[in-house]
Amino acid sequence: MSETVSTSGYNFAYLDEQTKRMIRRAILKAIAIPGYQVPFASREMPMPYGWGTGGVQVTASVIGPDDVLKVIDQGSDDTTNAVSIRKFFARTSGVETTTKTDAATIIQTRHRVPEKELGEDQILVYQVPIPEPLRFLEPRETETRRLHALAEYGLMHVKLYEDISKHGHIATTYAYPVEVAGRYVMDPSPIPKFDNPKIGNCAALQLYGAGREKRIYAIPPYTEVKSLDFEDHPFRVQTFDEPCALCGADNVYLDEVLLDDCGGRMFVCSDTDHCEERRAAGHRGPLSGETPFGEAAE
Amino acid sequence: MRGPLLRACNLRKSFGLLTACADISLDLHEGEVLAVVGESGSGKSTLLGLLASEIRADAGEVRYRFRDGEVRELQSLSEAERRVLTRTDWGFIRQDATQGLRMPISAGGNVGERLMAIGQRHYGNIRATASDWLARVEIDLERIDDSPKTFSGGMRQRLQIARNLVTHPRLVFMDEPTSGLDVSVQARLLDLIRGLVSELGLAVIIVTHDLAVARLLSHRMMVMKGGRVIETGLTDQVLDDPREPYTQLLVSSVLAA
Repeated sequence: MSETVSTSGYNFAYLDEQTKRMIRRAILKAIAIPGYQVPFASREMPMPYGWGTGGVQVTASVIGPDDVLKVIDQGSDDTTNAVSIRKFFARTSGVETTTKTDAATIIQTRHRVPEKELGEDQILVYQVPIPEPLRFLEPRETETRRLHALAEYGLMHVKLYEDISKHGHIATTYAYPVEVAGRYVMDPSPIPKFDNPKIGNCAALQLYGAGREKRIYAIPPYTEVKSLDFEDHPFRVQTFDEPCALCGADNVYLDEVLLDDCGGRMFVCSDTDHCEERRAAGHRGPLSGETPFGEAAE
Repeated sequence: MRGPLLRACNLRKSFGLLTACADISLDLHEGEVLAVVGESGSGKSTLLGLLASEIRADAGEVRYRFRDGEVRELQSLSEAERRVLTRTDWGFIRQDATQGLRMPISAGGNVGERLMAIGQRHYGNIRATASDWLARVEIDLERIDDSPKTFSGGMRQRLQIARNLVTHPRLVFMDEPTSGLDVSVQARLLDLIRGLVSELGLAVIIVTHDLAVARLLSHRMMVMKGGRVIETGLTDQVLDDPREPYTQLLVSSVLAA
């Protein structure tokens, strides 16, 4: 079965042009009101809810034949979700795909922001499971919308208060709520709070798509983003005791990898492209020679 | 001489054919406690809802004197202004504590919520204020991080009081705050409310069907029947020398212990 036969009958990037226009209107509104959740008529996609239907629809609406697409899932280019979505767009739009952060014009992501600083010619598309930051505090959608309209965000701090009273510190580590451009409180999707500082004053356009919940929101380039906190319990990111075991990088977000059944483990960059690039440039971590990822040929 | 804190004129509310409140007018001055009594279904709670602008009246108006001395009609407030008013200058103690509290959130968080809503962002200060208020309503400080789900009925009501009074409101609405509690708990709660009301100079509108509660707390009293106010006056006067036949019936129906 050849590529051209299997995709004939489908429009460029799967969605029909009317749908793309509808989604683009929602995106424009989202950019005009940073952090505001714009409702849109989310379509059925050929994948289950929770697999990135929102992000895929946003990507499909902004992608053009000249774009270069990168898809990551938890920082990695080679997990099922990332591979499937990359193949989906390669097949339905024929665009070039890449795993290099530098080379991409559109990066669709789940749960991470790339370590490398993004540029003005790039768009970061997030997959969002639950866009409403107040959802678990206030179950009524009518009420949360009113709270957003009136900028009544005391409740968000009640959640942080509860964290401190229970754990002695703010224990929220991912989907950490942020205030965008001094107005709307927004859920940055389940990225680790380690990535929160990167989404503020970012050169790239950031778009958030929630397919099941039918919402799109955005952070325009160079927008102020503040992570909520208390004066005496300021916002802090996670820190790691050791550098990446493969490339020796500090100040990056690390994944824990179990090595055997005897408690052996290592910590490696969650951003696989960043790690590979550093190793190609000659950086070495403590375990880089002893794993299948190490350059055995050298 | 300054005018009343709250003035209601000809309030009317119907639910379909049923008239819940018919042409009710009242004045409430600062530091004054007004009891609204009457049998179930007489329109007491609807009146409280109208005054607290939780229910929209069919006719009539409610004027309130703000802290800056300006008198404004409550229907003319925007939603944002109304919300600021209800969480700073007002309190509302509900009969069912589960409606007045956030049940999944700790006692300290419940008391601190209003402080955070008006912009306080210092955890230590918020917690200190919450502890202070829990002590004032006689809740053991060891329970500050417990959910109100684990509290008894009396403790829940006291927590509601702390949660409402933390921003130093000037007017508190109470809807049957002591019903459903056993008598000894009731007595302590009433004692606490009476102490706080006189200490803080609160104006209170309290709805109750319990004449003993009204006698203990209130300065003035309104008796309602079928959505109308049939008698008003000083509490002692109404209870000791009721004029209307219905009020006489109400007073004589109280069981002597």
